[in-house]
Order: sequence, then structure tokens, then C-alpha cells
Amino acid sequence: MRHTLSIIVADQPGELSRIVGLFSARGFNIQTISVGETLDPRWSRVTIVTRGDDRTIQQIVKQCERLARVREVQDITTRPHIEREMALITVAASAGGSRQEVLSLVSVFRAKVVDISHTHLIVEASGNKEKVDTFIELLRPIGITDITRTGHIAINRLAAGEIVSEEENEDEYLLRQRR
Amino acid sequence: MDWTTGAEILVEALVYEGVDTIFGYPGGAVLHIYDELWRARDSLSHYLVRHEQGAVHMAEGYARATGRVGVVLVTSGPGATNAVTGIANAYMDSTPLVVITGQVPKHLIGTDAFQEVDTVGITRPCVKHNYLVRDVCDLAGVVREAFYLARSGRPGPVVIDIPKDVSAARANHSRLDHVGFPFSAAPPPVDRKAAERAMAAILEAQRPVVYAGGGLANSGADEALRAFAEALSLPVAPTLMGLGGFPSSHPLCLGMLGMHGTYAANMAVAECDLLIALGVRFDDRVTGKLATFAPHARIIHVDIDPANIGKNVAPSLALAADVKKALEQFVSLIPEGRSFESLEPWWERIRAWQRSQPLRYSGSQNQIKPQSVIRELHRLTKGDAIITTDVGQHQMWVAQFYPFTKTRQLITSGGLGTMGFGLPAAIGAQLARPNELVVAVVGDGGFQMTNQELATAVQYELPVKIVIMNNGYLGMVRQWQEMFYDRTYSEVDISVAPDFVKLAEAYGAAGFRAERPGELHHVLSAALSHKGVAVIDVAVSKEENVFPIVPAGANARDMIVQ
Repeated sequence: MRHTLSIIVADQPGELSRIVGLFSARGFNIQTISVGETLDPRWSRVTIVTRGDDRTIQQIVKQCERLARVREVQDITTRPHIEREMALITVAASAGGSRQEVLSLVSVFRAKVVDISHTHLIVEASGNKEKVDTFIELLRPIGITDITRTGHIAINRLAAGEIVSEEENEDEYLLRQRR
Repeated sequence: MDWTTGAEILVEALVYEGVDTIFGYPGGAVLHIYDELWRARDSLSHYLVRHEQGAVHMAEGYARATGRVGVVLVTSGPGATNAVTGIANAYMDSTPLVVITGQVPKHLIGTDAFQEVDTVGITRPCVKHNYLVRDVCDLAGVVREAFYLARSGRPGPVVIDIPKDVSAARANHSRLDHVGFPFSAAPPPVDRKAAERAMAAILEAQRPVVYAGGGLANSGADEALRAFAEALSLPVAPTLMGLGGFPSSHPLCLGMLGMHGTYAANMAVAECDLLIALGVRFDDRVTGKLATFAPHARIIHVDIDPANIGKNVAPSLALAADVKKALEQFVSLIPEGRSFESLEPWWERIRAWQRSQPLRYSGSQNQIKPQSVIRELHRLTKGDAIITTDVGQHQMWVAQFYPFTKTRQLITSGGLGTMGFGLPAAIGAQLARPNELVVAVVGDGGFQMTNQELATAVQYELPVKIVIMNNGYLGMVRQWQEMFYDRTYSEVDISVAPDFVKLAEAYGAAGFRAERPGELHHVLSAALSHKGVAVIDVAVSKEENVFPIVPAGANARDMIVQ
């Protein structure tokens, strides 16, 4: 099963490599990884998407917790959370050709055009993995020439009872449509 | 203002941590530190080794004989890489070390400078933590944290890499809190509810066994274990690392568990309905095939390292706790007037296993049997010596035929299985325990990996005794080739070797040799009573095998006893 782990680690040289080294040394898998500053700039958040059964995931969590500079490890998957990743996609879209089709997909997926030439567009899309996957899948027949994707970032949802945000609803809607 | 150098701060910080002994080897990147060490030589004794691997093993021997943190100082590049085997060994066997390595000056880092290597990168997978100190103002704080990490929780090695310019730089203050590290003073308390559940399971069990490992020594739990086992009449099966943590001569002791353990210990675990695992990590040399390890048992696992729990085996009940504290808690929960009658049938079965397959070997009139060397050593030392070993056949014979009765009495390379560990470890142990007899039992292969440390032993008059079990083979590899590779002895003949008696004499040590069974007692006895360093070359029967053996990946029932 896919799990998203959120690891809070001191923002010091070499700390990321300790985490990545632990994964490779113990044969754990990393599907995506992303790192960034937290509210307190002395600490970074490493978000790792990994695969494994419950025992493997528990072992990953415990092994990460052994690292001296790791303050906290959370298996975000086990609680309500929001996941996002971003993709930059270069797609063939000449005027009078497929440009209109691309632009309508961009609008449906609430993506953004960030660069344009006579023959191509660069489109920025973000959302959960499924949404970005779906978007790419729909663009593919039109002619994608390059893709860059970030890893996941994730954050715990606000306390229960909070209103689910509009965009999240919309993502769900899109996915249902697609299915 | 009094501006002190990095080297001064380092030495002062070491003394503050209670360090009086340091093993090392100088070089370019640590010249400032060595200069300072010379000035501080009254408070900090430095022992000059002959190879950096030896320095780390000595520090390990020192640490394991005492429980104190062993300290090593080596230079950058090859100094650091030579130390890696020892660091990995300490990591596997949970031995507290602080290893200080020199590094090229900061402005040369990353330029492939002379004697530059990424020490922090190379050692990262085999340390509890490591540091590259970039600012002299951080040095004191780093040393303090390094010692804390080395000795807290599950102990282990910590590396501090100090660029040459940092040891020369002057600081007018020290940041002790630079890392915001949350020091937790005491180990976590034992979960009382879990302890109660564990005790209920223990009282209920019809066929319980205690599986006790290296955590016993690290937590100082030997007496607590004895009280616990005696109060409940529990059979105890120590691992290699657990030997001595429970007296081998004790009627409740089943002998060593695992690949070359006793038949009774392995059968008891195979048949038990409750396995009480204390300070262990379910190593493959103990469990064999995991699916068939203790197949009928509920498992209670107590270990200080939460990551050990559930790593190889999922326990029914887990306590991430200090073993000693957990055992004391267990003992306090034992109800009054507990009778042992319910365990009688279990003990009868165990006694039957012990009677049917005791550890044994066949004697010989014209060849010295290696097992008989260990028996003789045990008799002559009255079972009181501190024994160190390398890895291999001789190590297993020591484990089987020298009944250890005291904690920290056996110092062996358990997890990493390092040839060449025994001699330097003995030197470190001798330094830590000057009034005890320290004997390194080694093979002719392992001895030749670190025998240059004889010079260190002679230089510092550390009267270790080295018993070489000389069979002219890499014996354990040969045994596996005999048993599992159709006797194809591929590259295991090391009979071209120096004359070890002459070698000892060349180093200024005494050399002894025993070749026939009749002279073993006399030669060993003379060597052990020799005042200085003594090497005893014992020509043992060449193709002796270690039995019993559970083949790798098999289960206890596949044990080959002879």
C-alpha cells in the first residue's frame, strides 16, 4: 500500500542524505521525495511517498525516528490529509491546431499556461497525484514533449468538522467524472 | 580575552566527559590536536597503535570491559577509512564509542585534496550519528552531544570529523545549544500495563524460555535477570552476545542459542509456548529460518531500541525499555508463594535434551583438539579470565566450552564478525581492567589481520595472552566448504604462515608452542603465568568441525549434531 510519510528533520547539511541513505541501505522504496522549509526555518519537512505493508512502514518510521536530527515522523496516510504535487508540461499547441483543445483542458483542470510559443505551451498543473496523472493522460494524445513533476507534499487536514475546501471537492468531482 | 584553540577545546571537552584514555594514530590533519594532547598528557593518556583498525577495536575492548565510552583519534583520509571496520563493528554490537577524525581544512573540502575523504558520508550508515564541525564555536557542544548519543539508549559509535583549520581556530565562546538537541535525561519508563500483561503471560506459560542477548551487558541487567529467572524457575538461553550476562554454570542456563548453540537451547526455543526475548534483535544467526523460529510461542520482546521490535519477528507483546528496569518491574509483579510445579514437565523435557545431546567432542592421542584447548584454558584460568575472540571456529568453541559466569567477561565480534578483533580488543580490555587476566583466543587467519598490535601491547606493557588456534586453514569457511560445497576447499589453505613464536619474539613478546596433547597443559600454564605479553601457538587438529550446527536459513530441527 502507498504511504505518505512526513519527516521533520533539522535543516543541516547532510541530514537529507541520512534519510535517503537509510532507505537504500535497508531496502525501503522511495516513490517521490520532496523537501522544504517548515514554519520554523531550523527544521525541514521531508515528504516521502513509499510503498510497503504495515510492518515495513512501521519499520521505516522507527528507523527514521532513530536518526538523531529527526524530530518527528508521521504516517500521514493514516489520517485525513491533503496531498499535492505539481507538474510543468510542454505540449504541442499551435494556433489553429490543438491550442484550443489544450486551453479548454487547462481550464477544466484549473491548470495555468505559464509560457507560450507559436507551436507549444507550457502548462502548470497541481493537485493530488490522480488529478495530475489524469491531466497528463488527456494531454498525451495531443503531443507532450516534456514533463517535470515534483514529489508529493502533504499536510494534515484541519480538525474534523471543518468545511472541506472547494478545490478539494472539485478534484473529487473531476476524478469521478473521469472514472 | 582568553581565546582558546579548537584543539584545546576538544581536549578540555574530552576531560570534562571523564575521558582519560584515548587510542589513536597521528597524521597531518590532526597535528594541532596531537600537539595539544602532548601538553595534556598528564590527564589524558594516549595509546599509539600500529593501525587505525586496531585503535577502534582497542577502544571497543576498553568500552566493553567497562561500559565506559571508548575514544579514538585518527587522521583524515586513510586514517578514517582504516577505522571504518571498527566503527561498523561497534555499531553492530552496540558499543559506545566516540571516534574523532581529522579532516582537510574547510577551504579544501570537496577539492580531492591530499588525504581527503568524505568521512561523514562513508561512516553515515554505521554510526548513531556523525558530525563535520565547521565552526570552532560548535566543537564543545558537539563533543558533549556525541558522548550523550554514544552512551544513551542503545549505545553505539559517534564520529566527529574536525577540519584541520577548525582545530587551529580560536574561539572566544562555545555554543552548547547550537543544535537545539532535545536531551532526554532518563530512558523511558517501563509501561506498567505492558509489564503486567507480560507477567500474566509468563505466569500462564507452560513452556517458557528466556532468550537473552547483548542488551543485558549494556543495561547492567545480569543480577536482575538472575533474580527474575530464579524466582520463576525459567530456563535461560543466552546468545553469543549474552554469554556471561547469565552464568553458564547456573542450573537454569541452557547454554548458547543459535547456529552453533546447544541442542537443548535450540530445542527449548523450538518447543516453547512463550519466548521472553530480552535485549536481543532476532539476528539470523539465532533464528535461522524466521518462519519456523519458536513456531508455537507467544513472544514478549523487551529492547531499548524500538526499531528492533517488530523488525524481524512480530512479538505478541513489546516493551521498548531498558532491560534491567523491565526485569525489576517484572520481579516486583511476581505474586507471593509462586510454585514451580507447573513447569516440572517442561524441565523434564529440557533435561532429556541436555542428556541426549550434550556439547561434546572426540579426544585424540596425537592431535590437540581445539575444544580441549578451551577446556584447558578454562581450568587454568579458573573460569575467571576476560576472553576476547575474532570470528570463526575458535570463537564458537570459546562460546561452547568456556563457561562464562560474569557479565562483560566475553568480548567478541558478534554482529559484524570481524577477523582481527581479538588481539586489539584484548589490549583495550587489559588497559581497562589492569588486574585481570585477559586472553585473546584467535585463529591463525584473524591473528594475521591485526598482529602488528603486538607492538602496542609490548610498548605499553599490557600483558595480554594470545592463544592462536592454528589449523592452517580459514577453518569456518573450510567447514562450510566441506559440508555444503562437496569438500571443494577453495582458497582456504593458509598454512604458509610465519613462525608465530619467532614473530612474537621479534615483537619483544614471549612465544610458546604446543603441538602434542601431552604438552598442552604445561605450555599453556607457563604462558599464562608469563609476566609480559605472550603468544601461544597451538597446533590444533586441522579439519575439526564446529558442532552442533543449524545450517544457514534452516530451523532448529535440522540441527546437525555431529
